Amino acid sequence: MKITNKTSSTNQTSKALRKVFSLPASMRDVAMHYCSGCGHGIIHRLICEVIDELEIREKTIGVAPVGCAVLAYDYWNFDTTEASHGRPPAVATGIKRILPERIVFTYQGDGDLAAIGTAEIIHTANRGENITVIFVNNAVYGMTGGQMAPTTILGQKTETTPWGRDAQRDGFPLKISEMLALLSGVVYVERTAVNNAKNVLLTKKAIKKAFLNQIENKGFSLVEILSPCPTYWRMSPVEAVKWIETEMVKYYPLGVIKG
Amino acid sequence: MMREKILMCGNEAIGEGAIQANCQFYAGYPITPQNELTAYMARRMYEEGRVFIQSESEISAINMVFGASLAGARAMTSSSSPGISLKQEGISYLVGCELPAVIVNIMRGGPGLGNIAPSQADYFQAVKGGGHGDYKTIVLAPSSVEEAFNLTRLSFDLADHYRNPVIILGDGLLGQMMEPLPQILNSKLKIQNYPKDWALTGCLGRKPRIIRSLLLGEGELERHNQKLQEKFKSISEKEVRFERLYLEDAEFVLIAYGTVSRICKAVVNNLRGKNKKIGLIRPITLWPFPEKIIRETAEKIEGILVVEMSAGQMLEDVKLAVEGKCPVYFCGRMGGGIPTEEEIYEKLSQMLI
Repeated sequence: MKITNKTSSTNQTSKALRKVFSLPASMRDVAMHYCSGCGHGIIHRLICEVIDELEIREKTIGVAPVGCAVLAYDYWNFDTTEASHGRPPAVATGIKRILPERIVFTYQGDGDLAAIGTAEIIHTANRGENITVIFVNNAVYGMTGGQMAPTTILGQKTETTPWGRDAQRDGFPLKISEMLALLSGVVYVERTAVNNAKNVLLTKKAIKKAFLNQIENKGFSLVEILSPCPTYWRMSPVEAVKWIETEMVKYYPLGVIKG
Repeated sequence: MMREKILMCGNEAIGEGAIQANCQFYAGYPITPQNELTAYMARRMYEEGRVFIQSESEISAINMVFGASLAGARAMTSSSSPGISLKQEGISYLVGCELPAVIVNIMRGGPGLGNIAPSQADYFQAVKGGGHGDYKTIVLAPSSVEEAFNLTRLSFDLADHYRNPVIILGDGLLGQMMEPLPQILNSKLKIQNYPKDWALTGCLGRKPRIIRSLLLGEGELERHNQKLQEKFKSISEKEVRFERLYLEDAEFVLIAYGTVSRICKAVVNNLRGKNKKIGLIRPITLWPFPEKIIRETAEKIEGILVVEMSAGQMLEDVKLAVEGKCPVYFCGRMGGGIPTEEEIYEKLSQMLI
C-alpha cells in the first residue's frame, strides 16, 4: 500500500513517498476470521506492534485461549501455544518458570479469564508471576454463539439472558480487574478500550507498559480491554463502539487501576 | 560417607527417581495418600535449583506441567484418585499436543471422596485413556519402593521418547510403606538426552512454532488421530513389561499388579512349597498390557485367578487376552479393602486347586 504525503510539494515526489503503514513483523500476512467490527483484530495488531517496537519477537511465547481468539496463533508470527479453557495463566507460569528470560503473555477473553479460569488468574497474579496478561472484555461469549459472560452488564440481552441480565437471577457483572488489583503480587492493572482512535492509542501504550514491566522483571501486569462484539450485541459496528462509550464504561471505568 | 542402603517410602522414592531423571519442573496440590511426594519435591527441587510450585488446584498443576513441557523441560505432577480425575482434561491436551509428562497417581478408595486407604479402582481411568478423545497413556505399576524409584526414572525416558504422558500407578500402601533402597544416592545411570526440536523457546534463528491440538481443517484431525494411533501401536509392540513366576509347569496362574502382586507372590511361593503347580504373571506396564504372555499361558493351563483391589477392572483386560481359552476367576476387595492370603487360598480352593 502506498500513501502519499499530501503536504509535500510535487517536485520532491521521491522523497515525499514515505511508508507510514506496514504489517508488523510479528504479524502473519493472512486474512482473519473475525467478524466485521470485532475488536480482536485491532488488539492482535497492537500486541504485534508493541512486540516489534520492543524487539522481543524472537524471545516471545504467546498463550492463546479458548474462545474467539483460539486461532490467534494463525495470526502471530512468533512461538504460540494453545491452552485448555481458562488455563492460560497456569500454562504461562510453567513456561516462564522454565524460561525466565523469555517474554510470556496470555491472551484471554472474559469467559476464559473471568469465569472458567478465575482460580488460575487469581493465583497466578497472587504469585506475582512475571508475565503479561491481555484480557479482552466484550461482555459476551462469542465463539459459542452469544451467551452471558461473567462481564455481561445488567440488562444486556444474550442467548442465555433473553430478557436481559438480571442481578437476582444471574448475579452481577464481575469486575475482576479491580479484584486482581488488590493482590500484592500484581504490579500493574489498567482498563482501556478500542472504541475510538484515541483509546486505541492509549490501549497500545498500556500494552507496551505491561510488556515493559515483564522485561524489567517487575512482575504481573494485566491490561483489560473493552472490545466491541457487534455480532452478539446485535448491533452495527458503529452502534457497538458507541455502546462501549455510553453503557460499558459506566460499569467498567477506563484508566489505571493499579501501578 | 557412602551409605549402602537408605530407607524411604514409595512416595519419596518416586520423588527421588524424578530428581535423578533430571525432572526440572514439579507442580502439585496436597492430597492424601501422596503428600510425602509433594513434600519431598518441595525440598529436593529447591536443593537442585529446579522449579517446585504448590498449585492452587490439580487442574492448575497439570496445566503448569503442560507449559513447562512445551518449553522443553522434563515435568511431573502427582496426586491421588479424586485429584487425578481433575487432571484428565489436561492429560488429554498433553496427548493431543504430543507433549511428554509424568503423572503419578497414588490411588485411594472411591468413588467420590471415598477414603484414603489403598485401592486399584482407577485402573480403567489410567489404561483406557481417562479423558476425552481416542488416546492412550503408558501406565507403569510398581510393586515395591525400589521399583517405584526405577520405574519413575524410566517414565521420563518413555515420555520424551514417545512425546506422550506416562502414568505411574501406585496405591496408598505402596506410597506410604517404607523399604530399603540400595545405593540410589550413588546412582550413575545415564540420563538420556532427547532433542526437543518442537519446543517453544522463542523463534530466534528459526520459524515460529505452534503447539496445538485444535485441527479444524478438512480431514486434519483424523490424520492426526491416525498418527497418534500409529504411535500407540508402536508403544504396544515395544514397551510391554511384566514379571513371570513358575509359568513353565504351572497349571493355575495368578495375575495381579502392584501391591496385590506381592500378596499373590507369597501365596504362590507357599503353595509351591506344597507341590502345587501354580504360577504368577505380574503386569508392570498396565498399558501396553502384556496380553501375549497371558494368551500363550492360557492355552496351556487350567485356570487363571485375577486378584485386584477393585470390583474387577484389569479382569476385563485379562479376559480379552485369554479369549476364552481357559476359565478366568476373580478375587477382589473394594473401597480400601486389601485381599488377604486367606481369601486368595479360599478362592483357589473353590477353583479345586
